[in-house]
Amino acid sequence: MFYREAGDFKTSYSDDSQTFPIAFDRYRYYAVLAIAVLIVPFIINDYWVNAIFLPFLIYAIAAIGLNILTGYCGQVSLGTGGFMAVGAYACYKLMTSFPDVNIMIHVFLSGLITAAVGILFGLPSLRIKGFYLAVATLAAQFFLVWLFNRVPWFYNYSASGQISAPERTLFGQAVTGANADPSTRYLVCLFFLFVLAWLARNLTRGSLGRSWMAIRDMDIAAEIIGVNPLRAKLSAFAISSFYVGIAGALFFSVYLGAVEVGEVFGINVSFLVLFMIIIGGLGSIFGSFAGAAFLVLLPVGLKNLLVTGLGWPTDIAAHLEFVIIGAMIILFLVAEPHGLAQLWRLAKEKLRLWPFPH
Amino acid sequence: MKAKTLATTAVLAVMAGAPVMADLVFPSLSYRTGPYAANGIPFADGYADYFTLLNERDGGIGGVATRLLECETGYNTQKGVECYEATKGEGALVYQPLSTGITYQLIPKATADGIPVHSMGYGRTSAKNGSVFRNVFNYPANYWDGASHAVTHILNENGGDISGKKIALVYHNSAYGKEPIRTLEGLAEKHGFELLLLPVDHPGQEQKAQWLQIRRERPDNVLMWGWGVMNQVAIQEAVNIRYPMENFIGVWWSGSENDVLPAGDGASGYKSITFHNIGADYPIYDDLKTHVVDKGLAAGAGDALGTVLYNRGMYAAMLAAEAAAKAQEIHGTADITPAMMRDGMEALEITEARMAELGLPNFGPEFSVSCGNHGGDGFGAIVQWDASAGSWNKITEYYQSDQDIIMPLVAEDSAAFAAENNIEAACN
Repeated sequence: MFYREAGDFKTSYSDDSQTFPIAFDRYRYYAVLAIAVLIVPFIINDYWVNAIFLPFLIYAIAAIGLNILTGYCGQVSLGTGGFMAVGAYACYKLMTSFPDVNIMIHVFLSGLITAAVGILFGLPSLRIKGFYLAVATLAAQFFLVWLFNRVPWFYNYSASGQISAPERTLFGQAVTGANADPSTRYLVCLFFLFVLAWLARNLTRGSLGRSWMAIRDMDIAAEIIGVNPLRAKLSAFAISSFYVGIAGALFFSVYLGAVEVGEVFGINVSFLVLFMIIIGGLGSIFGSFAGAAFLVLLPVGLKNLLVTGLGWPTDIAAHLEFVIIGAMIILFLVAEPHGLAQLWRLAKEKLRLWPFPH
Repeated sequence: MKAKTLATTAVLAVMAGAPVMADLVFPSLSYRTGPYAANGIPFADGYADYFTLLNERDGGIGGVATRLLECETGYNTQKGVECYEATKGEGALVYQPLSTGITYQLIPKATADGIPVHSMGYGRTSAKNGSVFRNVFNYPANYWDGASHAVTHILNENGGDISGKKIALVYHNSAYGKEPIRTLEGLAEKHGFELLLLPVDHPGQEQKAQWLQIRRERPDNVLMWGWGVMNQVAIQEAVNIRYPMENFIGVWWSGSENDVLPAGDGASGYKSITFHNIGADYPIYDDLKTHVVDKGLAAGAGDALGTVLYNRGMYAAMLAAEAAAKAQEIHGTADITPAMMRDGMEALEITEARMAELGLPNFGPEFSVSCGNHGGDGFGAIVQWDASAGSWNKITEYYQSDQDIIMPLVAEDSAAFAAENNIEAACN
């Protein structure tokens, strides 16, 4: 009834090709943005930021990055944790080497450095595909973690091999370090997520995104119609790594503050981000958000329900968490193999016809 | 009218209820799941049971009941941060995360929030320098003490000369395992032994390569900085290559029953460092039995009593409770805040008389804490595993670590931290 195209007249080409062609969708999008920017920062505290919002925002960036590579370009990658580590260590080296430069610039540069590393590890994708490529990127994961553990220059020769973020400010407000205000940290991550998601959405609608999808759907056919596979694949690797690198830099500097590479950026992170996009939906920006929210919020929510709410012993709750999350993943994927994004799409289709289905 | 009366009654009830609700909150960031659970469970049980004992027997500390907030971290940094944020608002007095990685996370956060952290025998070693790390304590001993204890023991066994010997360090490839390297390098230079570094990646189930290297290089001694499943695997591997177990020394985190039992008789002779006594032969265990176990209040499965890590958890709780009592004494109030707790920890003094009074005679070394020294005096002893008896035996007295090596390193590392974070070292 409210959710329909009818009556919403498009009078120009740009109107016709906008991201949200349905008026209701547009208003919902503006409403979410307004709540995220104008309301959330004033009501959140340390717990909400550290346990829920920062992990969600940062994993959403990483998931969008991996979705560009895997969901849009069809190149399976298991190196996300390693690339996040590149972003984190690049950010650390930049922060400590150039303390006077703004932290936002450092995060951006960390993304660029990760993009360069991503191109390097993307080279095998020109010759191998599918599972073979997954193994090649797995090598990147292990090599990068080993490198950051092995070469003391990366962690400034500290005794523990840990890197920790010194305090850096933006407009006089601490962004990193222990004294940073929760809402400042939230807003910084939200800013990056908004810009990157907006960029990703428009990239995937443009010619570059179309060339990625052509490669994904059938690389030989794509080559015949004039898509350059080298350009398409390497650009996907570069842009994906750029996103993942920024996620890693924020994860280290804004979220955790101190990082140990083997534990924080291990293979489990690569799998986690991969699960996010599979559960959320491959080839969908909304899916990246939904998957990140699902895998970040569900464990925290379950823990609060079982331990704080029902007063169960922590170990039983922790084990049950695994069982419940595993069961829900299977359930969701059986119900809808294309992820939460497809469920959302179907719901919208139904809503457009409602209440007159014929 | 009626609603207003109700509301007023409710407000009054809350106000009247508030003083009764006051309690001393001790969060326990434990891990009863994951690859480190075998070691995390007994420690968490000991920590919990001691506070239960205080509540049941003495009605808390200074008349105020204690409340234990347990939060599962799985030895995972992210979950540790979540636990910290979830519990700090409840008035948490002191954090003991039992994880070096989480300790590194909490040092800046807890300092900003004014909550003390006690990393007993782990964490950042240079936190010993209390003038820089105002809110962080690591008494009674730290990793660098442990490294020195091991080397001193080897020295004593070799008549004071170990030049030209080869000592291997098998370590957890993380902040935890890397901590002793700097001290061992200093000691290697001083005593002229050769140091061989063998990192083992998390979680440590795969160590074939490291032990093959040990077989090839034949080091005279092997030291281990391991935790969780890594300990069991390392000891089993050492048995498999028939490495002489009496030359194999683990740090205090690599010396519990869970670590040696899987290797069976072969593990006999394995040594470990400790900073507190072992066994259940203490008067406090009678109290624990009457007030905690028999009432069915024991934490977890209640099967860990008397094990090394249970004792250590209990010791950690005892030191926290003593510090809280000290804080109550200093500030003259029973209901203390984290800031008062910090003062209590900094003024803590553990004497033999006090330990005997608590039912733990001769349990650990005597020590006192001051602003300049948050780490105690660094006393430790060596224990050895006897597989046939199924028990650890203390084979040396408590002795002090090599302060000549450690103190300059503490000063250097804490100065670096102070410079990095713009902290002015001061005691006031």
